[in-house]
Parts: sequence; C-alpha cells; structure tokens
Amino acid sequence: MLSLRGLTRRFGGLTAVDSIDLDLAKGELVSIIGPNGAGKTTLFNLVTGLDRPDAGTVRFEGQDITGLSPERLAGEGIARTFQLGRVFGNLSVMDNVLIGAHTRLRAVKPAVPVIGPLLELGLALLRPASVKAEEERLREEVRAILARFGERLLPRIDQPAYSLSYANRRRVEIARALALQPRLLLLDEPTAGMNPTETAEMQALVAELKAEGLTILLIEHKLEMVMRLSDRVIVMDEGRKIAEGPGEQVRTDPKVIEAYLGHGLSGAAEQESAA
Amino acid sequence: MSSWLDYTINGLIVGNVYALVAVGLALIFGVSRLINFAQGSIYLVGAYIGWVAVVQLHTPLPLTIIVVAVAAAIVGLIIERFGLRPLQNSVRIAPLLATIGISFVLDQLVMLTFSPNPRALPSQLPDVRFQVGGGTIGPLDLLIAGVGLTSALLLFVFLRYSKLGWAVRAASQDRDAAMQMGVDVNRVNQAVFGIAAALGGVSGMLVGMYYNQIDTAMSLQATLKGVVAEVVGGAGNVPGAVIGSLLLGLVESYGVAVFGTSYRNLFAFLLLVVVLVLRPNGLFASARQAPPEPLTGTFIAPSRPVRIPRWALAVASAGFAVLPLFPVSFYVLQTLINAWLLGMLALSLTLVAGTIGQVSLGHAALLAIGAYTSALLSLALNVPVGLAVIGGGLMSAALGTLLISPSFRLRGHYVSIATLAIGEIVSLVILNWESVTRGPIGISGIPPLSLFGYDLISPTSIYWFSFAVMVVLALLQGRLLDSHLGRSFRAIRDDDVAARAYGLSLNRYKSLAFIFGGFAAGISGGIAAHLYSYINHETFNTQQSILALTVVILGGLGNVVGAMLGAVALVGLPEVFRIAAEYRILIYGIVLLLLVRFRPQGLLGTM
Repeated sequence: MLSLRGLTRRFGGLTAVDSIDLDLAKGELVSIIGPNGAGKTTLFNLVTGLDRPDAGTVRFEGQDITGLSPERLAGEGIARTFQLGRVFGNLSVMDNVLIGAHTRLRAVKPAVPVIGPLLELGLALLRPASVKAEEERLREEVRAILARFGERLLPRIDQPAYSLSYANRRRVEIARALALQPRLLLLDEPTAGMNPTETAEMQALVAELKAEGLTILLIEHKLEMVMRLSDRVIVMDEGRKIAEGPGEQVRTDPKVIEAYLGHGLSGAAEQESAA
Repeated sequence: MSSWLDYTINGLIVGNVYALVAVGLALIFGVSRLINFAQGSIYLVGAYIGWVAVVQLHTPLPLTIIVVAVAAAIVGLIIERFGLRPLQNSVRIAPLLATIGISFVLDQLVMLTFSPNPRALPSQLPDVRFQVGGGTIGPLDLLIAGVGLTSALLLFVFLRYSKLGWAVRAASQDRDAAMQMGVDVNRVNQAVFGIAAALGGVSGMLVGMYYNQIDTAMSLQATLKGVVAEVVGGAGNVPGAVIGSLLLGLVESYGVAVFGTSYRNLFAFLLLVVVLVLRPNGLFASARQAPPEPLTGTFIAPSRPVRIPRWALAVASAGFAVLPLFPVSFYVLQTLINAWLLGMLALSLTLVAGTIGQVSLGHAALLAIGAYTSALLSLALNVPVGLAVIGGGLMSAALGTLLISPSFRLRGHYVSIATLAIGEIVSLVILNWESVTRGPIGISGIPPLSLFGYDLISPTSIYWFSFAVMVVLALLQGRLLDSHLGRSFRAIRDDDVAARAYGLSLNRYKSLAFIFGGFAAGISGGIAAHLYSYINHETFNTQQSILALTVVILGGLGNVVGAMLGAVALVGLPEVFRIAAEYRILIYGIVLLLLVRFRPQGLLGTM
C-alpha cells in the first residue's frame, strides 16, 4: 500500500532521513521507534507532503506521490496526527473534528480553478437542503467518533480546543484524523504526556482501529505498547534504518540496544520501557 | 555614459541609507521574529531631532550625528521597554499591532509638534562636487557612504567580539536555547532596539540632508523601503539586508533614469512583490529551509465571544433604522453615515484579519478600487449608480484578490508588509495611469447615489441606504461564518500546517476570504465616491486602513457585530467629545496600543 524507496532528507550537513526503504501492506500496523532525533517525525513529514525529500520516492497504492502537497495527499486518504498536538485552538471540539472531514465535503470537490471555489462560496451562502443534510450527517458522524473516546470528549464537544487538557488535545487530533476516513493513518506519539490509564485507553483504541482493518504507521516511545500492537517494528537511528522485524526480534537486536544505550547513557531506553 | 555612473552612485548612496534602516529591522527580526513597523517613525524622529540640532542649536555635524543617534536610541529603548516587553507572552498578533500603533502615535506626535509642512534640513557641508570617472560625487555622498561603512564595521565588531553581541547572535539562532543557557533576552532586546533605533535615526537625518527636506510623510516610506530591502536580503539576515538595500537603491535609481521620478516607489514595491513570489525567504536564503516548527500559542487572543441575543440585535437595528424619523440633526446622521461606511470596511477587514488571520494594512486600496470603478462606470459608461456600486464591489473583490494573492504563501508579519506595499502600488497606479484615472487631478462630478432612478440626496435617504447595505453585508458574513467556510477560515488562521494536512488549500480559502471581504470594502468605497462626488489618489489612504484595523481590534477580531459596534464607537465618540481632527489619529493609535495591552480580545471577543 505504502512503499518508500531510498527516501532521504538533509538539513544542511545533517542527514535527518537517510535512504529509508519501507513497505506497508494494507491492514498492517508498523511501528517506528528510535531515540529522539532519529528522524522519525521528519519521515512522517516526507510521507504526508509537509516536507519534500532530497532523494527517493514515496508510492501510495501504486501511485507515485513524492513531493505532492499535503492538501492533495489528504484528498488521497492519508491522515496524520502531530507530535506536539496541533489542534485548532479557537475552534470547538466539534469544529476541529469536522475539519477532518473537510476533503469529503461535496462543496469542495469541484477542482475547476476559479469556478470551483466560487461555487463553494455560493453553496456556503445559499446552503441548499443537500448541503444542510450533509453537514448534519457529518455532525452525527463526529459524535460517533467522539463516542469512541468514552466520556473524554463528548461533554466538551462545544468547548474551544485551547481549553482542553493536553491528553484531550491528542484525542481530538486522532478524532480529526478518523473523520477523514483515512486509508492510511500516521500516528506521531499518540500517548505522549499521557498517564498509564490514559495510555491503556489509547492502546485499546489503536488496537480497535487495527482490528477494523485500518493501515497504521505508528511512532511511539512506549515500547510495551509497540510490542503489543505492531506487526513489525522499524528502528531508526541518526536517520538510518538499523533494524526491522517482529517486535521480539528487534528488541534483542544488539544494534538496537547500542543505539539506545550508546547515545543516551542517561537511560532513554530504560526510561521509556519503564514508562 | 556619465549619467549612468551618476545614477549608479546615486543608487548606491540611497541604498546605503536604506541599509541603515534595513539592518536595524534585520537585527530585530533576528532576535524577536518581529517586523518593527515603528522603524520608519524612529527615522522620522531622527530627522526632526537633526533639524532641531542643526537649525535651532547650531551643533557641528559630528555632534549632530551623535545627538541624533543617542536620542533615537533612547526612543528605541522606550519602545522596547514599554511597548513590546509587556507583550512577550502575548498572542502572536499583539507585538505586530503594537508596533503599528506605536508608529502612528510617534508620527502624529511629530506632526503635532512640528506641523505637517516640510522643512529644510541643511547639511552643513560645503557644496562642491568631485569628478569621479565620468560622474560626480559630493561631500554628503561621501558622508553617507562613510556613516554606512562605519556603522557596518562597528556592528560587525559588536556582534563578533563583544559578549552582548554573542548573546544577540545566540538569541537570533535559537531564542529558547539561549535563554536556557542564561542569556538575558531582555538585555539582548534592549541592545537590538537601541542599535536599530540609533541607525534608523541617523539614517533619517542623512536623508533629510540629502534632499534638504524633511516632512512627516517620510515615516511610512522609510518603513516600507527598509522592509523591502530586508525581505529582499532575507529576513533576519544582517549582511543580506545591506546587499538588499544596495540592490533596492540601484533598482530605484535605474528605474527613475528610464521612466521618471514618479515611478520610484513603484519599482521598490514591485521588487518586493517579485521577491516574495519567487524567493519568499529572500535572495540569499538557502534554497529550502527546515519545515516550519509547530507554533506555540495562538495567533489571536483566545476568548469566549460575548453572545448578543438575536432579539437585542434586532432591537438595536430597528432603533438605528427609525432614528431619522425623530428630530435628529443633520450632523448626527452624517456622523452615522460615516460610521456605516467604516462599518462595511471593518466587516471586510475583520473577516480577512480576524477570521482567516491575514492582517491587511492596505485595506484602503480596496476602497479605492471600488470607488474608482464605480465612479468611472457611472461617469464614462453611464451605468446606473446602483449597478455601478455593485460593479465597484465586484471589481474590488476580483482585482483586490488578484493583487493580494502573491502574499498568500506568507505568514504573520509578512502578510502585513505585502498588503501595505500592494496598497501603495494601487495608489501609485491610480496616480500614474492618467488616461483612465485622470492621475493627480482626480475624478470630480461623480453623480449622487440613486436607486431605481430615484436620486438619494437627502441625508435621511443616504442614511437608510448605507445602513441597509451594511446590515445586508453583515447578515451575509454571519451566514458565511456559520458555514463550513467559517470553520475552514478559522482553522487556517489557528494552524495553517495542520489545516493543509487536512486538505485545506491556503490559496483557495484565502482567495475566498479576500473575494468576500473585497466585495464589502469595494461597496463601501463605491458608495463613498458617489457621496463625496470627488475622489483622488489620496482619498483612501493608510490612515483609513489603520482606523479600520483599530475598529476591528476594538470590536474583537473576526466578530461581525463587533466590527459594527467598533465603527460606531470610533466614529461617534470623538464627535461626542468634540475632539479636534488633528488629534484623532493620535487617539486611534493610543486606543490600539491600550487594547493590545489590556484587552486583546476586544469588546465583544474574538471569534
């Protein structure tokens, strides 16, 4: 479904992503782990079009999507969450998640230049019954998505996102990604800053999504969660892929242990596996 | 051939002056990611301090330079301490608005102290020309070149070898890291503002001497030229700013040589727009920069808007609608008509600046486009006035959006610069395109407002007409904000990276916002043209753009009701208190500063 070949991105003298090959089959959940600064988030940026590679290709469903704009890729069904929780602060939870469904709106579909946008403006102002019905349907759908987070978000549905807790912002981000009805979902540290209970909830949700057949690429530091959920684990260090395989195999790989311990004698690995 | 050398020398000298302004802007941008719109005002202050020193105190030239540098530096330090430092943890739009407000307050203070009439600023240097190759060069040219080079050298030594200079460089590379390493960011900011102001002040004085004339209009021009040079060189890049300035000086000088003096500014702004479109990071930036970091904080002040119940709005509208039936004076109606026209402009700006976060400083240009279109349609083509006004709105929507579209890829402060420049371009085109716009003479004899063949001449009918148009525009805008476009606009404002990742094309939605907003502004301009019956290229100026911005901030960014309330308040209150006209702009500037500091969400809250 997704296949990366020789993907490379340099920032000045630093090679943040260094000829990465990666294949992801439909319905698979692959995790990317590695010390901070290994290039995981940069890799996500390259796949989602927020950054362009210096070399290499990205193919999605057999189509070359290298260097396409993020808005095009969203239209192709690639959704992502952000490491630092980029919600729309002044929008309500409902509106945040509705933005996720933006690419599915009928009003935004016509790609004709000038006429398409003007039609969109006209539809927004006139709001015929079909537009109203679509909006209502999407609102129902958003409530259903929010219900997957139990009572975390539903009671706050009309609150602006800036008033939410950190963990709730992460949840809003995931809800927004689900509203896109993605074919490929990229989750960048969905449990960062969450306590063990919240992490367990998130893990259950990701497991559910996987069971529903969603294809997921996951960046995560909490190794226990990675081991439970992943079909395969990819370990990155200094931009390169240093190991790939089933969780248990990767965990005992001497190169992986060295990458974690050799760089951070402060004990990044222990801390994370303990967390 | 000799004249070309002269133009080259002239270009380099003028470029040198721009460099003094641009280097200060680059330093400030480097440290605080802020375009200091008050830089031109400091330049103005420097010119007038120079005038006081030379003409009143008869100081010798070296002392004049020192006096100007020190006095300007003090102004810079005051701006930093009282204008910007309190806003450090504020929303991103706050320091931008603050420097705009400061610039207006300073300009007005200078104007009130010295009167707006131009004054001569003698250079105190002997009037001789030296033959260089085929051209000539005077002692003032040498002085300007000398001051330019000396300050560049001093700045280089300061940044390179002094401890504070290291701190400045560290803070501009990574502010947070520098703070964690114990760099006192306040001291760095002070140093940077002090240096920038000293350079800007000296630059203003030198320019005054060069043309032997100073006036209060210098300020805006200097800010624009300095910013153009800085952006051409790459924002925050000090050597880039110097090269950008010299380039700008040369482009202008050669442009003037070929096309004539009235085109000087046009070349500067066209250069800016071309660079912004082709190389938005400047000529010397590396080809691609790291992807934008997640932005912390929000662009506008988060707030829960005050919800005004519909019945209250209906009652208020009805009250204003029946007002002319009561015995009110012509003066009250006239004041409110002005408020409704400003209200339409504020509706437009609150959508563009508040809802989608593009703080436009050239909004008066949209008025001008609407006014000229409507006036010319009715005069030259005999189009009925009602249709002509709508034509003005449509033209403003189309042309305004087209002109502003190069700025769509820019963020934050750059949008303001680009819109300011585009506003100036519009005004310059109106001035120079004589065959259509009648140039500096302006258009007179514009027919009065009329609707279905009935002339609207009585104040009452004009009042009703403009009020009704504003209400209709407000209702439409409210409907727009309720639709998926409202949330799309606001999402783009809050986080454009996340918005793109969810399929929102910035070009598409910024265009739609400007189309809708341009229509409202164009209608306002069109009505104004038929009301005034005479317009020229100065009828719609930057002061109106700033007034509209103050209205919008007062009402609450993005807030439709707030825009109308703000317009009534800012037009009405000065009338109620009978404040003399020359103090009004000063008061608008002070209101803007106080709002940004104490109530950034405005009266009714941001939406």
